[in-house]
Amino acid sequence: MPENTAAPAAGSAPHIEFRDVLKRFGDNTVLQGLDFTVSRGERVTLIGPSGSGKTTILRLVMTLEELTGGYIHVGGVPLQYEEKGGKRVRIPDKRRRRTTTDIGMVFQHFNLFPNMTVLENIVEAPIHVKGLSRADAVSKAEGLLAKVGMGEKRDMKPSQLSGGQQQRVAIARALAMDPEILLLDEVTSALDPELVGEVLAVLKDIAAETDISMLIVTHEMQFARDVSDRVMMFDQGSIVEEGPPAQIFSEPAHQRTRDFLRAVL
Amino acid sequence: MNPSTSWWDWSHAAAVLPSLLLEGLKITLIATVLGTLIALVLGLAVAIIRRTAPTAIATPFTWVVEFIRMTPLVVQLVFANLVLSPYIDSTLAIGIWVLGIHYTTYMAEVYRAGIDSVPTGQWEAATALSLPRLRTWRAVVVPQAIRNTLPALGNYAISMFKETPFFVVIYIPELVRVAQNYGSTYFRYTEAITLAGLIFLAASYPTSLLIRKLEKKLA
Repeated sequence: MPENTAAPAAGSAPHIEFRDVLKRFGDNTVLQGLDFTVSRGERVTLIGPSGSGKTTILRLVMTLEELTGGYIHVGGVPLQYEEKGGKRVRIPDKRRRRTTTDIGMVFQHFNLFPNMTVLENIVEAPIHVKGLSRADAVSKAEGLLAKVGMGEKRDMKPSQLSGGQQQRVAIARALAMDPEILLLDEVTSALDPELVGEVLAVLKDIAAETDISMLIVTHEMQFARDVSDRVMMFDQGSIVEEGPPAQIFSEPAHQRTRDFLRAVL
Repeated sequence: MNPSTSWWDWSHAAAVLPSLLLEGLKITLIATVLGTLIALVLGLAVAIIRRTAPTAIATPFTWVVEFIRMTPLVVQLVFANLVLSPYIDSTLAIGIWVLGIHYTTYMAEVYRAGIDSVPTGQWEAATALSLPRLRTWRAVVVPQAIRNTLPALGNYAISMFKETPFFVVIYIPELVRVAQNYGSTYFRYTEAITLAGLIFLAASYPTSLLIRKLEKKLA
């Protein structure tokens, strides 16, 4: 079981491990020779200019993008490709899904299912992926909706909700799968400024109350400072520098980090 | 005015109307409803196969679909009747299947557009929830695709209704055939054919208004 520690014990197997990761879109190399690990329970925020490959990293972990080269391991299990007899072999979708069941993702544009009510959105995967009974899934969903302050809206359609409300439902939907890893991809970037706070407050609560490992891409530097154990600065597909938020935000070592922070803060 | 020489005779109109409604319209409606059901179900299946099957299967499959879509319904009716009548007794059944399969190829295109209109984010959300492929289609993609295409599907149903007169070429007693039979028996075509046309109009027009209303509601 993961331990709820800010700085996970050294020596424990990494929760997420990137090994020599290569990702190309056509002729455009987005990530090259990327190595890094995330420990169990650790919260890592990726910062850097747009196009630096941060979102691609999250999408690779969620298997939304196909790895071009290298390996990603989740909890010690190969995710997209494995080495077999000296060859790099693609892992079939069915087996990939066994690994991704423990991974949840919240998107910039919420991506709720518009043909379902709020409640149906949340119980869909617990019932059809985890095999929960409908009654169990519903009672769990109601608990989560109350937690994100959406208890009253369970029978509404996503189109009837504000962006902030939709995003809170999307967070509840991801949590309903009991993820061990949560990927947050610019979850407040599509929101009106006055709605950002309610979503970040929910996420801060979750960070405080659970030991879910998190990989976060955000432009909200205060949020990054509040919840992260580690901040990684990316530029052009590689890590410029990394460290605790206090260090990166207060005394960045690299000029590129300083330039970036000056631009966003 | 002598009724037998005037261009319109109400007594002939009254005489032909019951058989137009009871025989002709009945068969026309049966053919439309069953043909539509076949096209709705097979059309969805074709659209999904073309989208998911490996190229080696999808490509020849596409040729067959295009072949059916690009040849006239009348030719298909005559051909199918020639080939199948030794094995299938009911000409009506042959007609309904030909009509249904012909329109399957149109409806498959409509469904394809509907499937393409489902945003990538929906597929990604399904992947993020680790939903199995089949469940993603059933619970997420197909309901949204159908919602986006309902008006177009309705228009093809009307179009099928109006194409049932082609059944005359294989002697199925639908509306127009019944009218023709009456005409050739009494040598009075005007009333029978006019009434048949009016019956088509009376059924199609309100339906098309309904579909337009639906279209506005979904937009």
